[in-house]
This record gives sequence, C-alpha cells and structure tokens, in this order.
Amino acid sequence: MTNLSPAATTSPHDWMKRQSRWSPVEILFWLATLLPFFLFPTYLTLASQIAIAALFAISVDLILGYAGIVTLGHAMFFGLGAYTAALLSLRMGWGEPITALIMAGAVAGAVGFVTSFLIVRVQHLALIMVTLGLGLLTYELANSLTWLTGGTDGLRLPRTWPVLNYFRFDLWGYTAYGFSLAVLFVAFLVSRRIVNSSFGLSLRGIRENVKRMPAIGSEYRWHLQKIYTISAVLAGMAGGLLTQTTSTVALDVLSFQRSADVVVMLILGGTGRLYGAILGALIYFIARDQLAGVNPQYWYFGIGLLLMVVVLFMPKGILGGLASLMGRKA
Amino acid sequence: MASDSSVLSTRDVRNSFGSLQVARDVTIDLPRGARHALIGPNGAGKTTLINLITGQLKPDAGQITLDGEDITRIGTAGRVRRGLTRTFQINTLFPALTPIEAVTLAISEREGFAGQFWRGLASQREAIDEAHDILQRLGLGEAATRETRTLSYGQQRLLEIALALATKPKVLLLDEPAAGVPKDESAMLFGVVAALPEDISVLFIEHDMNIVFSFATRIIVLVAGGVLLEATPDVVRTDPRVREVYLGNAHHG
Amino acid sequence: MLGNIVIVLFDGFAFGMLLFVLSVGLSVTLGLMNFINLAHGAFGMLGGYVTVTVMRHLGFPFLLALPMAFIAAAMVSVVFERTLFRRLYRAGELNQVLFTIGLVFVAAAVATYLFGTAQQPIILPSWLRGSIEIAGMRFGVYRIFLIAISLAIVALLVFGIERTRLGAQIRAAVDNQRVAQGLGLDVERVFAITFALGSGLAGLGGALAIEIVGLDPAFGFHFLVYVLIVVSVGGLGSITGSFVGAALLGIGDVAGKYFVPEIGSFLIYVLLVAILLIRPTGLFGRR
Repeated sequence: MTNLSPAATTSPHDWMKRQSRWSPVEILFWLATLLPFFLFPTYLTLASQIAIAALFAISVDLILGYAGIVTLGHAMFFGLGAYTAALLSLRMGWGEPITALIMAGAVAGAVGFVTSFLIVRVQHLALIMVTLGLGLLTYELANSLTWLTGGTDGLRLPRTWPVLNYFRFDLWGYTAYGFSLAVLFVAFLVSRRIVNSSFGLSLRGIRENVKRMPAIGSEYRWHLQKIYTISAVLAGMAGGLLTQTTSTVALDVLSFQRSADVVVMLILGGTGRLYGAILGALIYFIARDQLAGVNPQYWYFGIGLLLMVVVLFMPKGILGGLASLMGRKA
Repeated sequence: MASDSSVLSTRDVRNSFGSLQVARDVTIDLPRGARHALIGPNGAGKTTLINLITGQLKPDAGQITLDGEDITRIGTAGRVRRGLTRTFQINTLFPALTPIEAVTLAISEREGFAGQFWRGLASQREAIDEAHDILQRLGLGEAATRETRTLSYGQQRLLEIALALATKPKVLLLDEPAAGVPKDESAMLFGVVAALPEDISVLFIEHDMNIVFSFATRIIVLVAGGVLLEATPDVVRTDPRVREVYLGNAHHG
Repeated sequence: MLGNIVIVLFDGFAFGMLLFVLSVGLSVTLGLMNFINLAHGAFGMLGGYVTVTVMRHLGFPFLLALPMAFIAAAMVSVVFERTLFRRLYRAGELNQVLFTIGLVFVAAAVATYLFGTAQQPIILPSWLRGSIEIAGMRFGVYRIFLIAISLAIVALLVFGIERTRLGAQIRAAVDNQRVAQGLGLDVERVFAITFALGSGLAGLGGALAIEIVGLDPAFGFHFLVYVLIVVSVGGLGSITGSFVGAALLGIGDVAGKYFVPEIGSFLIYVLLVAILLIRPTGLFGRR
C-alpha cells in the first residue's frame, strides 16, 4: 500500500470504539444536571417535569429516531404507567416508589408487546394512523371507565413513600427531582447501551433501508417488536414518575396532545441521538414557560413557527444543527 | 443437465400481474460453481425472476429448491440464511451507515447476534475484522468509515456486492452488478466476480454482451417471461432466434 | 324507533358528506405526491373565516360566500405549495407531519389574534333554515342542502377525473409518477393544480361546516383526526374511497354518539385500527 495519511490509518476497531465513547461534553452535561439543586432550588418541580419529559422523549427516540417508527400515540404507554402507579397507591395502598415504577414499566411493556404485533404489520400512513388510533382508543376507554380512572376529574393519591425509605417527597421538590433525575440517568445508560450494540445497528439499518434488511437475512420485525416493547417500558416508567412526583393522575396523561408534544420535542432537539430528546424536552418546557406565561397564543404561534423553521432549515434538529456547525459527523 | 447436482432449481414457476404474465413455466437449474448469465430484452422479466427466486415475489405456481430443500414457502430472510443472496439493480444501501457498519450488520444477522443489546458493537471484534476483510478485497478499505451516501456510484455498487458476500452465500444472484458504472470501474467489478470462490454458484443479469461472453459458462435467454434458450455462449451467440429477439430482424444477415 | 334510526342515518350521512368535502382533497394529493399535509384542515378553517368575513363585512349572501371560500383557500394553498411545501416532498413522513402541524399551530394563533376564540355564527338565508317533514319525520333543510352539494361535487369530480384531460393526467401521475414524467407529463403543474383544487374544496368544506359544527380557531385540530381517518380508511388517491370512508365515519360518529354515547368514539377507533390492519392501504387503496 502507498503512503497513508494519518486519517486513513484509523483501524475500523478504533473507529467503532470512538462512536460509543463518552465525550467530555457528555460528562459535563450530566454534572450540570445537578446544578438546579444549588442554583435554581425554586425551580425543582419544573426540573423534575423536564426530567420526566426527557425520559418519555428518549423512549420515543428509540423507536422513532433509531428504528424509524413514526408514532402519534405513545402517550398510551405513558398513561398506562401513570395509572398503574396511581392505582397501586390508591387501591392497593402500595406507595413504594421503586417497585411501583417497575410495575408501571412492566404493565406498559406488556401492552407494548401485544400491540407490537399490530405495529409491525403496517407502514407509512397506516402505521401513523394505527398508533394514533390505539392512543385515542385508550384515552376513550379510560374516559369511560370512570370508576377506575376517576374520569375527567382524575385521581388524588396519598403521598408516595420515601425513596429507599429515606428520601421523603418534600414540597420543594428535592426528592422529586433527585428521583426523576436518577431514573432518567439509569434509563439513559440502558438506552445508550442498546443504541451502541449490534441491536442498535440493526435498528438503524431498519430506519435507513428496511427493504434491504430481509435481503441480508434479517427477521427485522422481531427487532422492531423488541424495541417497541422496551420503549413502552420506559414510557410507562416516565408516566409512573409523573404520578409519583405529583401525587395525582388525570386523563391528559393519555391524551393526543401529550403524544404530539413528545414528538415535537424530539424534532426540536434532533432524533436519533438520545441527547436530542433531552435537549428537546428542555427547550420545549422553557419555551412554554416563557411564552405561555405571557399569552397562550404566543405559545402556539411561537412553537408552530419554531417547528416550521427547524424542519425546513435544521431537519436534524437543533442538536444536529449544532453538530454540523462544529464539524462533527452528524 | 442432471438436477441432483444443481444447487438452485426452479420448476414451472409462473407469475402474472393481472393479465400480464411475467413468468411462464420457468424451469432452470444452477449447478455448483456455476457462472451463468441471464439475458433478454428489456421487460423480459429478468429482475422479476430474481424477485421470485429470492422470495420477494410469490409465484402463482411452481417450485423453488435450494440444495435439495423446497424453499417455495420460505420468506426472503430465511432464504438468505440458507445461502441464497442477491444484489439489487438499483442500489439498496443504508445511506447514513458506513460500509464497515453495513457489512458488520450483515455479518451480525448471519451469525445471529443482531438482536443482542447488552454487548457493545465495538466488542464484536471478529465480525468487524471479517467486515473489514471483505471491504478490502473489494477495494473499499479506505472508504470503510465514510457514510455510504458519500461514496461514488461505483463504490456503492461494490458495496452492494460486499453486503451480499457478507451473508456467505452458496448461490449469488447479481442483478446487473455493473449497471451505470463507468467502463474502467466495471472491469474491476467483474474482476471481483471472477475471483469469487469456486463453490459459489453465480447467476448474473447483464446487458453488456462482452461481459456476458467473457464470464459466463452458460447463458439463459429470457423472453417475455419464458425461457427461450439455455445453452453455452457459442450456441447462444449463433442461434437465429436470439438474434431476432435482439436485432429484431431475422431476414437481414 | 325506526324514525330515530332514519334521522340518525340522515344526520350521519350529512355529516359524512361534510367530511367528504373536507377530506377528498387530502386523499387525492396524498395519493398523488405522498405529501402528508396536516394543514389541510387549516385551509378549511381559512374558508370558514373568509365566509364569515365576506358575509358580515361585505354583506355577501351565503351562496356567494361559498365559492369565495373555495377560491381563497385554493389561492393561499398554491402560495404555500410553491414556496414551502415543495421543499419537503422528499423530506420523509415525520418532517412533513411536523411541519404542517406547525403550520396549523400558527394558523390557529393567527385566527385567534384576528377573530378571538369565540364561535363565529353566520345567518343562513331563510330558505336554508328550518326543516321539512317527510313521512312524519323532520329533516333539516340545511342538511339536505349539504348532501345535495356534496353529491354534486362527487359527480363533478368523478366526471372530471374520468373525462377530462387534467383528470387523465392526475390518474396517470397517481398511478406511476416516474413513468408519467418520462412520458412528458408536467407532474409539478398537475400537482399544483390538484393541490389548489383539493385545498379549495377544504375551504368550501370549512364554510359549509360553520352551520353544523361551528367555527373557532381550533377547527384545524378538531377535524384533523376525522380527516385522517377518512383518508386512511378510504384509501389514498381514491375519490370513491373518500366518499365511502366519510359516509361510514359520519354515520358511525352520529350513531355512536346517539345510541352508545359512552363508548361511541372508542368503537370508531377500534374499527379504524382493525380496518387498517386488514387493509393497510384503505378500503379502496391501491398497492
């Protein structure tokens, strides 16, 4: 071989390793998530809302950003988790947060597994409509089963038990944010592992060209069902977190609005990156806090305009735009 | 043509789109180590036949056998895992993946660890080594870590073949592998095809007659969905029916 | 009891016809260019507000306001199509969905700013008000008018698609865009015209809807789900499909709310999912 320039001598192994290495920016970011405890203690409740939304957004990014499944009904799993945690507390008197969270994830995951059989049978508009339809029918069902869900009034719950029997859920939100952040971080680590594994690669393959997958011997539908189920578990845990940190649950956890909002967050932040989900949740909540506080119409106008601008000029989301600016591989 | 020595065979495969019959009782046999060409005028149904053989299209009637096993009811992925792979006439690649990722993906599907989500991709050293090896043999070693969409058209055609090779096929169906590739690069491409292991059976669709007569040991001529002739290059070259089909006029020399 | 069923069917069919006029444009443009335009409902809203404005401030009669709604929506849609939408034809479903949803948000905000959040009433001409009695049952005159107009539109569309040159061009482009282009068809022009017609019909639908469901800035959202159901169940690019899908949904919605109000909507969504699983391209869809 002739003289190779330094860039070309990167072995594929090194290149692969680089793709999944922790960058200093990442570590800084996670350290920064501890700042609200010290710098914005009055905003801890908002911060835990953002963490919960970020977890929900990550769950959707796994199927939307990585596998390419466009969903307008993922609130279904969020809501299932929320109501599971609520009913455990209200009807069974079980308020232990960590086990309840696992239950919330399990219930949502079970339903996710069942519906995954339906999801893999359709594509394009039919897929979007099936996810939309499933989300809407779950909402209607919950709406009708007033004796169980409290209907439009929702349910008020006793306070969640202390985390690890020590950290009480206080009024200022210290435990709420701490717990939500911890769950988010663990879920993030799990998602990161998934995304950087061979499974993650197959998901990207499905997203990039589903037609080629069977041609390389892939039973890709199993892959899709797997990630859909995992995504449902995470979404359910996010919902459960919301119930536990607010001690209430209402029908809006299952609403189309919530399904649409999370997709908007992903587009703003950028799909297929995990961090885009977190960034999108952050931007969305901050924008809403600022704009809707002034005038709800400004919020609609602003978010609508932002959506249009991002899609037209930054289709990879704000994170993708930043990455391009810095010259990293998008 | 003893059918028990053939690796791939089709029997009376038939398919129609509405009233248009695209495959008429197609019966072919591909022996081990074959280097067969599939030729025919446009619209003859060559790609359709490949689609039928690989399971992308279901035949209305007929049977397809691979290594003695009836695969007519088995899906495309199943056929690939049994050793029947094809390349696409139009590049069907993964635009945002790099060649090393794409080929590693194919290997991971073959070896069955594509569903593993707890081990990092970088730790699958053997698969990555094998992928790198395949890419280097096809001259894609340096482009291995660039996104597929940044590769030249010729490089993408080579990647098509790399993906197919990663499945360790027994039978390889190449759909116009050099389509649209400039002359100098297509020579390299067919050099790769010629260097394929001897025990792989190859059936390739090709329009360039020079390539066909250089590489093929037998030629199947497909016209309007049916097999017109299946013979050695010399016989095909001089057959009057073939000339009529291609030149449209049997009466002028 | 039978009388109730007939009235429910009648009301449901009328609502279905309204949905048809609102949805048929989206069905054809989706089948034609695969562009998911969720802002289609916003064009409906535009038609509604145009009608209200010309009737209230310019004193136009209702029947004259209707074609104005059509034209206004058609013209505005062409502007959007030429400047914004065409950049997204290859952008993927998600981006199209989100861009057009963003547009609905903006439209809703603008409408609120200009007209406020209150329902916009209009005063129908006297001959469209009230009801007629047939066989002991009372049928709303306006609903009869709705059905008549919609059927006329169906006839015009079917005639147009089957008999005119533009119709043939649309059918060719829907069937196989690449081949049609190869044969010299100016696909872009066909699409622009079809898009204008479809959006114009949405505007007309919005104008017609004021009397039945009211008009407020959330119109674009309210009807989004209905329109999507009609289009996906009916089948993309199919006028017949839109007609059948709309009729089914209209009747199902009204009947559901009347006979089984608790689970009416639930049943509709279950049916939606079931139909799409059995026939993913819709009842009259191709492929």
